[in-house]
Amino acid sequence: MKASVIVFPASNCDRDVAVALKEVSGRAPAMVWHGGVDLPSSDLIVLPGGFSYGDYLRSGALAARSPVMRAVIEQAKSGVPVLGICNGFQVLTESGLLPGVLLRNAGLKFICKDVHLTIERDDTLYSSDYKDNKVIKVPVAHHDGNYFADDNTISQLEDEGRVAFRYCDRYGNASSEANINGSRNNIAGIYDEKACILGMMPHPERMIAPELGGIGGLPLFRSILDTLH
Amino acid sequence: MKARIHVTLKQGVLDPQGKAISHTLEALGFEGVKKVRQGKFIEIELAETDEQRAGEQVEQMCQKLLANMVIENYDYKLVS
Repeated sequence: MKASVIVFPASNCDRDVAVALKEVSGRAPAMVWHGGVDLPSSDLIVLPGGFSYGDYLRSGALAARSPVMRAVIEQAKSGVPVLGICNGFQVLTESGLLPGVLLRNAGLKFICKDVHLTIERDDTLYSSDYKDNKVIKVPVAHHDGNYFADDNTISQLEDEGRVAFRYCDRYGNASSEANINGSRNNIAGIYDEKACILGMMPHPERMIAPELGGIGGLPLFRSILDTLH
Repeated sequence: MKARIHVTLKQGVLDPQGKAISHTLEALGFEGVKKVRQGKFIEIELAETDEQRAGEQVEQMCQKLLANMVIENYDYKLVS
């Protein structure tokens, strides 16, 4: 699997996700600097977590308009899967590849902790390896993770089965208490129409080994490998 | 020519920062604060001297970058 990880100024999870990809696929991804317009042809593009451009203007806004993103959008439109994690999710919404926007957390605080997520679908490129677990534990670390979209967009996402993950309690109840940041419908991650692009606030790459606190994120990378192998 | 641009949240979009400001104003003893909405003010110096062309340029800037049209509105004034 040829993966490319896009590196923006102040990305800080690029190496974590590179480790996860290498661990699972045995092949190190290409690390692609944001300033170039050349993006190697890839089986998977990852937009990593971090605080690109210091979150200036709006989180992800400046990264979404950086030179390399033109190539990312082009490859995405031709069907190359794109995974955006945390800041990467913000970049995906800002670039128009996914609908909606990530607002400041409802409680205004930066949230850094392990959370539980429901796996809403286990038939996608990113989730086929989650057949046995419907609830996973992975960390979040964000200030702007409050998913918002207008009513029509939310119903469309729900009707088309494009919600990937919801914040829930340990038993899988997506209750308002478990909604850490005020996201509409507890949404923690969404797909595009073809479930080829995934944006998610939590960090699966930080839960890929017991010594990191768990393996809740590992099946996500295994799913990708199983499908793209 | 200068463009003075205001970017504001659309109606119906939650503004937790505005809410926090409102609470703090109350705590400072300011009475009658009904609602606070926080936005952005951006000032841009333009080389363009023609008002119409400058306006078109600023429109594009707002739509392409300065405002996120999903949640924000913008308006601007040109001053020479």
